[in-house]
Amino acid sequence: MTGFARYIPILVVVGLLLVFLKMMGDGRNPKEIKSVLIDKPAPVFVLPALEEGGAGISNADLQTGKPMLVNFFASWCVPCRAEHENLMKLAYEKGIPIIGIAYKNDAAKAREFLDELGNPYAKTGLDRDGRTGIDWGVTGVPETFLIDGEGIVRYRHWGPIAGDTLEQRLVPKMEGLQ
Amino acid sequence: MIPELGHFALIAALVLSLMGMIVPNVAIRRGDTRMMALADPIAFGQFLLVAIAFGALTYSYIISDFSVVNVAANSHTAKPLLYKISGVWGNHEGSLMLWILILSLFAAAVALRGSALPLRFRARVLSVQSMLLVGFLLFIIFTSNPFLRLDDVPFEGNGLNPLLQDPGLAFHPPMLYLGYVGLSVVFSFAVAALIEGEVTPLWARWVRPWTLAAWIFLTAGIALGSWWAYYELGWGGWWFWDPVENASFMPWLAAGALLHSSIVVEKRDALKSWTILLAIVAFSFSLLGTFLVRSGVLTSVHAFAVDPARGVFILAFLALVIGGSLTLFAWRAPRLSPSGLFGLVSRESALVLNNILLSTFAAVVLVGTLYPLILEAVNGSQITVGPPFFEYAAIVLMSPLVVALGFGPLLAWKRGRISKPLQILVPALIVGLVVFWAVIWKSAGGIVMTGMGIGLAIWLMVSVMLEINDRTGFSKKPSAFFKRARSVPRASWGMSFAHFGLAIVILGVTVSEAWTEEVLRLMKLGDTARVAGYDFTLEGVKPIAGPNYTAVRAAFLVTKRGHPVARLAPEDRVYSDPPMNTTEAGIQPLFVGDLYAVIGENAGEGLWSVRLYFKPFISGLWLGAGFMVIGGLISLSDRRQRVGAPSGRRRRRKLPLQLEP
Repeated sequence: MTGFARYIPILVVVGLLLVFLKMMGDGRNPKEIKSVLIDKPAPVFVLPALEEGGAGISNADLQTGKPMLVNFFASWCVPCRAEHENLMKLAYEKGIPIIGIAYKNDAAKAREFLDELGNPYAKTGLDRDGRTGIDWGVTGVPETFLIDGEGIVRYRHWGPIAGDTLEQRLVPKMEGLQ
Repeated sequence: MIPELGHFALIAALVLSLMGMIVPNVAIRRGDTRMMALADPIAFGQFLLVAIAFGALTYSYIISDFSVVNVAANSHTAKPLLYKISGVWGNHEGSLMLWILILSLFAAAVALRGSALPLRFRARVLSVQSMLLVGFLLFIIFTSNPFLRLDDVPFEGNGLNPLLQDPGLAFHPPMLYLGYVGLSVVFSFAVAALIEGEVTPLWARWVRPWTLAAWIFLTAGIALGSWWAYYELGWGGWWFWDPVENASFMPWLAAGALLHSSIVVEKRDALKSWTILLAIVAFSFSLLGTFLVRSGVLTSVHAFAVDPARGVFILAFLALVIGGSLTLFAWRAPRLSPSGLFGLVSRESALVLNNILLSTFAAVVLVGTLYPLILEAVNGSQITVGPPFFEYAAIVLMSPLVVALGFGPLLAWKRGRISKPLQILVPALIVGLVVFWAVIWKSAGGIVMTGMGIGLAIWLMVSVMLEINDRTGFSKKPSAFFKRARSVPRASWGMSFAHFGLAIVILGVTVSEAWTEEVLRLMKLGDTARVAGYDFTLEGVKPIAGPNYTAVRAAFLVTKRGHPVARLAPEDRVYSDPPMNTTEAGIQPLFVGDLYAVIGENAGEGLWSVRLYFKPFISGLWLGAGFMVIGGLISLSDRRQRVGAPSGRRRRRKLPLQLEP
């Protein structure tokens, strides 16, 4: 192998290494599938309230002029427990309104879950069969959407808001909106 | 105390491997043979120290010493002993320990073969091997230390991922690692040859047994992994073209190509720079696999805990090892000019074709695996490359390979004639074509590919047998078969076994893909479902308790025309630490195919969701892999592989005449 051909392997490898370096640098989670909803209006939804006799929730609840979070959770979901403390902190210390949606959950069990750990949600809806979750492109719980005051989705957080993901990922996004 | 001993042994091993990296090179520069000879004891010392560290970690697992972070995070007192031990390599830190254990083991093995290799060359090889060890030891000590302690000792550990608690998976990683790391020796041989600036036929003979051993382990490791996926994941699949599966498949293809190209170097002193390149690439694929699993760059079911610091370290190491060796290659390749020339129709050409097809396949798998990543880096869009892409590539590239494979072993070296193998192979060609048409005829419409797959498999099987017949003269003089069979080199027998194994694998894949029957339904006790003529009756479902799980176990009676054939007992397990569901399929292999049953959720009212399959000839996959492994072992046992071992006079005289794949 003479001439230019002998440089081809090393050139290919250098190219690949550069790609790897770039992909590692942006701190993404490879399991995370990008949401197609970013910068688009939140999908249309109407859900019954989780509380017995409460008023249901719908898109109108997202257009309050103030940024808010929509959090899909379930009593059977272990990571949801892990992020619960942070949700309480967001709701009661930072004063962020959070709309909770109990995803594929038994109403009684979801209520029990909130009684046990505390209720961070301003309003809570019940998505018993997961249809609303499908419209929102939820791949699993927990997932959290950041909605601006006009009902436009600005950010989707995949997985629990646990550890330093709150300060490093969610808070900067929220500050960007205010 | 024991973990500290292990920690200390790791650091001592690092010091010794730094010595192993530097001393031989200084010695060679000075031409000091006594100093060069130090490379051997250093290699033994490295292995001893790493073995002590590995032993210390294993001991901590066996006694469940939860003061060690790694043990607390991955083990549990209620685990059976086998899984306590296999838990050692069921996590990032421990698997690296296994990696360096095998790396230093291979270096020690090179040193042990001692006199087979010239001192100067051996010293070079061991210094490259030591350099690899330095890299991995630094990685372990600085980013992935398994001996870190906890101040606050937990009462109980977190347990091992239940999917990994399985005998198949206990041995799958060690096998694969033996293969991956076995290629490190091949790599070291190639780099040493580049530094020395010369590749000789003798070099090819030295490197061959190592390539062969690595290839055998890779074959066995991949087969074990697919067997595990088949019965543990519970939907009857055995290969998913997952990035990490691809990462093990690429070195296997490269090692396969290398096995064949090194024969050309050995026999004909040609293809030298190509063979060196393949040796580097094969090990690079192994390193790439490690990187992809641990850096979090790709999604995979195999991903360990993702940590960018580790990713950056491995990337730097990758750049140094692969980039460095390929730069060396670009610099030295012009020196490796071939002396042997060969005609267009010759054994060499057949082997070149083999190499082109195998390495193209490896390149296609590489592109398919990395394309989503590159696309995302370029324009941010996310896509996945699915099985159809890889399957198409496999069919397009492997079909001509199998056709050529029938001819290759019958062609003469240097300048052959196509007429000789054609005469011999006419029966194989006819049988292959007849089977092809028979399959198409019998189940007309849309299954040309199935007919082709089966036709190719049969063609290959018959060709292998005709080739053995040609070699031993069986049809001309059957009585002399055993006498003549003994004089055929073992390497040739190994080749025949391995090629036959490939044919069985192709047959298994094709037949099971084409005629699998699947039934999904809700059953209650006493219900019967018919799958491919077999009646599956659900006779009972009862709860059972394992050492660290609870499960429901179903009992199926399978009958055919009223005669009992088998009893299947699939389980649906729920592990407690960590909480997780796994399915254990109930499988009964029969000669014609596997009966396969999976029990799922209780749907209420006494109904259970079950999945029942009949998978014809799927055992061919593992049977074929077994043939390949046996073929490899037979070839490895060939006397001539043991270069330097005393060889009989008769053999030495015959050497130049022997024709060998």
